[in-house]
This record gives sequence, structure tokens and C-alpha cells, in this order.
Amino acid sequence: MSGIVVVGAGQAGLSLGAKLRAEGYSGALTLLGEEAWPPYQRPPLSKKFLLGELPRERLSLRSPEFYGEHDIDLKLGARVEAIDRDAGQVRFGDHVLAYDRLVLTTGACPRRLPAAIGGELGNVFTLRGIDDVDAMAPRFKPGARLLVVGGGYIGLEAAAIAARSGLEVTLIESAPRILGRVAAAETADYFRRLHRKNGVDLREGTGLRRLVGGPAARAAELADGTTLDVDLAIVGIGVEPAAALAQQARLAVDNGIATDAYGRTTDPNIFAAGDCASFPHGGGRLRLESVQNAIEHAECVGRNLLGAETPYRAQPWFWSDQYDVKLQIAGLNTGYDRVVVRNGEREGAVSHWYYAGRRFIAIDAINDPRAYMTGRRLLGAGISPDPDDLAAADLKTLTAA
Amino acid sequence: MVKIIYIEHAGKRHEFDVAAGQSVMEGARDNGVDGIVAECGGCCSCSTCHVYVAEDWFDRLPPIEPMEEDMLDFAPGMEPGRSRLSCQLTVTEELDGLTVQVPAEQA
Ligand SMILES: Cc1cc2nc3c(=O)[nH]c(=O)nc-3n(C[C@H](O)[C@H](O)[C@H](O)COP(=O)(O)OP(=O)(O)OC[C@H]3O[C@@H](n4cnc5c(N)ncnc54)[C@H](O)[C@@H]3O)c2cc1C
Ligand code: FES
Repeated sequence: MSGIVVVGAGQAGLSLGAKLRAEGYSGALTLLGEEAWPPYQRPPLSKKFLLGELPRERLSLRSPEFYGEHDIDLKLGARVEAIDRDAGQVRFGDHVLAYDRLVLTTGACPRRLPAAIGGELGNVFTLRGIDDVDAMAPRFKPGARLLVVGGGYIGLEAAAIAARSGLEVTLIESAPRILGRVAAAETADYFRRLHRKNGVDLREGTGLRRLVGGPAARAAELADGTTLDVDLAIVGIGVEPAAALAQQARLAVDNGIATDAYGRTTDPNIFAAGDCASFPHGGGRLRLESVQNAIEHAECVGRNLLGAETPYRAQPWFWSDQYDVKLQIAGLNTGYDRVVVRNGEREGAVSHWYYAGRRFIAIDAINDPRAYMTGRRLLGAGISPDPDDLAAADLKTLTAA
Repeated sequence: MVKIIYIEHAGKRHEFDVAAGQSVMEGARDNGVDGIVAECGGCCSCSTCHVYVAEDWFDRLPPIEPMEEDMLDFAPGMEPGRSRLSCQLTVTEELDGLTVQVPAEQA
């Protein structure tokens, strides 16, 4: 009667617990989270919550009563330090808890700048949790000089909110262009223009040599020799899957906790889902960092825990809000060799369609939900519209095909 | 508190008190209504909060903005005159008794 224990009370952990109950699981169910907060959504942290437009209670994924009503034993401030696979137990603080089945939904940890170049200085922040936003809030004020390190989605979203809030923002990206890892040059060009128009000093191909000062950074020396005064820095240089616990327990780790198609790790009683887990995909392994994946991966694992044996089929999608622009992405663009640009029906709407040969693999839709929804549906059905006709095509006829 | 009635696709009926100012989606998500996934958390980006509103309610709701209209236009199971994204419906006293139904599938 030890039941199911879930480590990590984030998006995936909550989705798993809720799914188990929705599917009729009536055994013991414990959700352990190291943070002080009940499961909440992270995307608004770099969007409306950072702007101060969304109150904290509305970040929560469920009402406080939900857990009791669904008999989910939610333990907060419970950081699991070890798994004893032989005994079938996890340990946190002075507590030991037995499990029949264990699920790891530990998420990911932001990469930090090395301490040697100032990464540990007092006003250098990463952005992953509510506590991170709270920590930077006193310095996140109009007029403050903000350095954003990294031109990925989190860095760009933070820069957008900061510019809107009246901070003086410089964003540096050491690669030749922003969004280099995740999007085509066409999408990067759009967002570069957008940020510059909104007053962000966006510099590409410019690395950080070091932050100087102490206990707080006062200035940043860039690789090109220039120096900037800074009041705070936000570092958005990617995340690492939180796999230390799995590693300690000698589970296979390969770009995240390695699972099979059903979410099982190399121990048949231990499963993993969400940002922390990699799963088989197209002959290799894939790890995704998105809300969609956290929810659907966890729900799939939940059903499998109850005996379904359904392989996980990822249908990735992602969004980003910057200023008044909505970006919606569907599919995976790895291996694209062509991008078709299609202007949308409404003013300012544009979409970028990624092709590998004649196969349509992903879409970036900018203020163009019609293109996004169409692209998503085509991807789900495995249909590739002719790239040569796409720019002029009527969306409704594409999906009717 | 405003009473909102949610009917899951399988027919299960829930009645929840939702605070004015919250969205109809938040009332569903907070209480765990099956089928309201709300992946984007309410920013009109995912359409996984699609609902059918009872017909006599449709015209009493706030108008559909272009973004919502475009998302709905391509949402699975979309029905003109009934379909809304529940994250775009802010709860007010006037919505007391609003009944929404969850479609068979979300995008
Ligand atoms: C600022 C920001 C903006 C984002 N924007 C978007 C977006 O626009 N769209 C999108 O799709 N995705 C976005 N994401 C990504 C999305 O939030 C994540 O992919 C999602 O939260 C992953 O869910 P998860 O449950 O796997 O991990 P998490 O939500 O990170 O949850 C993991 C939890 O496990 C806890 N934990 C870890 N180790 C232990 C332990 N040993 N013991 C106990 N608890 C532990 C952690 O504290 C954490 O609370 C964003 C993320 C961030 C940080
Ligand atoms: S919650 Fe995503 S569109 Fe409503």
C-alpha cells in the first residue's frame, strides 16, 4: 500500500497526478516538491508575471482545495535527496517514503555563468521559478540598466518585459544571431527588428568576457572589448535536465533521464516525464522543454502506470509572447533546408514554414493563429503542402486535402 | 462568487463558484474539469480551452476578438454560434449560471 510517488511538483508532476485520479486510480498518491509553492505555470514568469500584471495566485495550476478533494498528498518544501531502489524508498530530509511505482518529474535547471566570470554575483539572476522573480523584483525597476545574456526565448521575453517596464536593456548573444538553436533566420530577423524598434540594444556575435564588481556586478566586459554599466543581469543560456537524482540511483541518463516509449526508465518501477526525460524518437532520443510535452508526456505515463502500454507520440508546440506579438510554433524544425514565407490574411500576420526536402516539418506563425492551427493540423495528419504553392495557398483548402 | 456550470464531454456535470475577474477557463482548470487542458495558460495561443456555450448564452457574452476568432476558426469541433475559448471569457456577475460544455477533442 505504498502507491505511486511523484518527485517534482511542477507541470508534469501535477498533470500526472490529476490524470491518475481522472482515470480512476484510487491507491495512495504522493506528490513531492522542493519549492514552497504548489504546482504552478512557469511561462508567465517571463511574461505577464514579470510585468506584474498577473497576481501570484493565478499562476497556480489548481485551487488549494483540489489536492485534498482528490486525495493527492502534496508535500511542499520536500527535496528528495536519494532513491533507494532496493528498498523501494525515497528520502527527503529526515523522512523516508516507500513507493510501489516512482515517477521522476524533476524538470530542468537553468545553466549559470561560471563563478570565475561573475556568475555568482548578487545581482545576477536566472529565471526558472517564482523565487527567481521575487529575488530580482527589487532591482527590476524603471531606469535600471539590465544586461540580458542569451538570445533564446526566455532572454528575449525578459528583454521585452523589461523594455516595456522602462528598464534600459542590452541583450547580448554570443552566437552570430539570436534564436540560432531554435528558429530560422527569418524568424530571428523579425524578432531582432521588433526588439530594436522597442529600444532594446541587441548585440549579436558578442560574448561576455566577465562581470566586474562585488558583491554585486557593476559592469560587464564584453568579448569585443566594450564595457557596459549594469544594475542587474538576467542569464538565459539554456537549461540542463534535472537528472542528478536518477544518476545517483544509477538509472541510465542520456540527455536527460532515459526512458523507453512508455516512459519507463532502466528500472521497471521508475518512470520519468517532462523536461527531465528523454524518450525514443526517430531512431535517436528526444528531450523537449515545453508545457505541451510536460502535460502530454505525463498523461501518457499516467495511463501506462495503470496498464495502458501506449507509446508516447510527441506533437510538439510552443508559444512566445513578446510586446504585442504572438509567436506560435508547431513541429520540430531539425534538419530543415528550406523556409517558405507566407503572408497571412490579417495585417502583420506572417508564417514561416520549414521543409526538409518536400516534407513539411514545422511552422513559426507570427500574429497568425490561422496559419498556426492549419500547420498543426497538417503536421498531425502527416500532410505536406507543396512548398511552391504555399505562399498563395488558401489555408482552408490545405486542410481539406 | 459566480456560479458556472461545466459539463465534461462524457457528461459529468460540475458546478463551481468562480471569482469575478477570473476566466471561465481558470474556473475549470483550478478545479480540474477533464478536457480543459489550457496549455497556454490563457493567452489565446493553444485553443485547448475550447468550450460550447449554451445557445441562449452566446449573444450575452463579450464579443470575439480577432485572435480568438482565428484560433476558433480552425479548432477541431468548432461550431459557429456555440464555440468560444473559455480563457477569453472573464467571469462577471452577469455570467451567473453560464453553462459550458467540453468538446470531444481539443487541438
Ligand atoms: C521563464 C519560463 C518561460 C517559459 N515559457 C514557456 C512557453 O512560453 N511555452 C512553453 O511551452 N513552455 C515554456 N516554458 C517551459 C515550461 O515551463 C516547462 O517545459 C515545463 O514547466 C516543464 O514541466 P516539468 O514538470 O517537466 O518541470 P517543472 O515545471 O520545472 O517542474 C519540476 C519541479 O520539480 C522540482 N524538483 C526538482 N528536483 C526535485 C527533487 N529532487 N525533489 C523534489 N522536487 C524536485 C522542481 O523544484 C520543480 O518545481 C518556460 C519556462 C520558463 C522557466
Ligand atoms: S488556454 Fe490556451 S487558448 Fe485558452
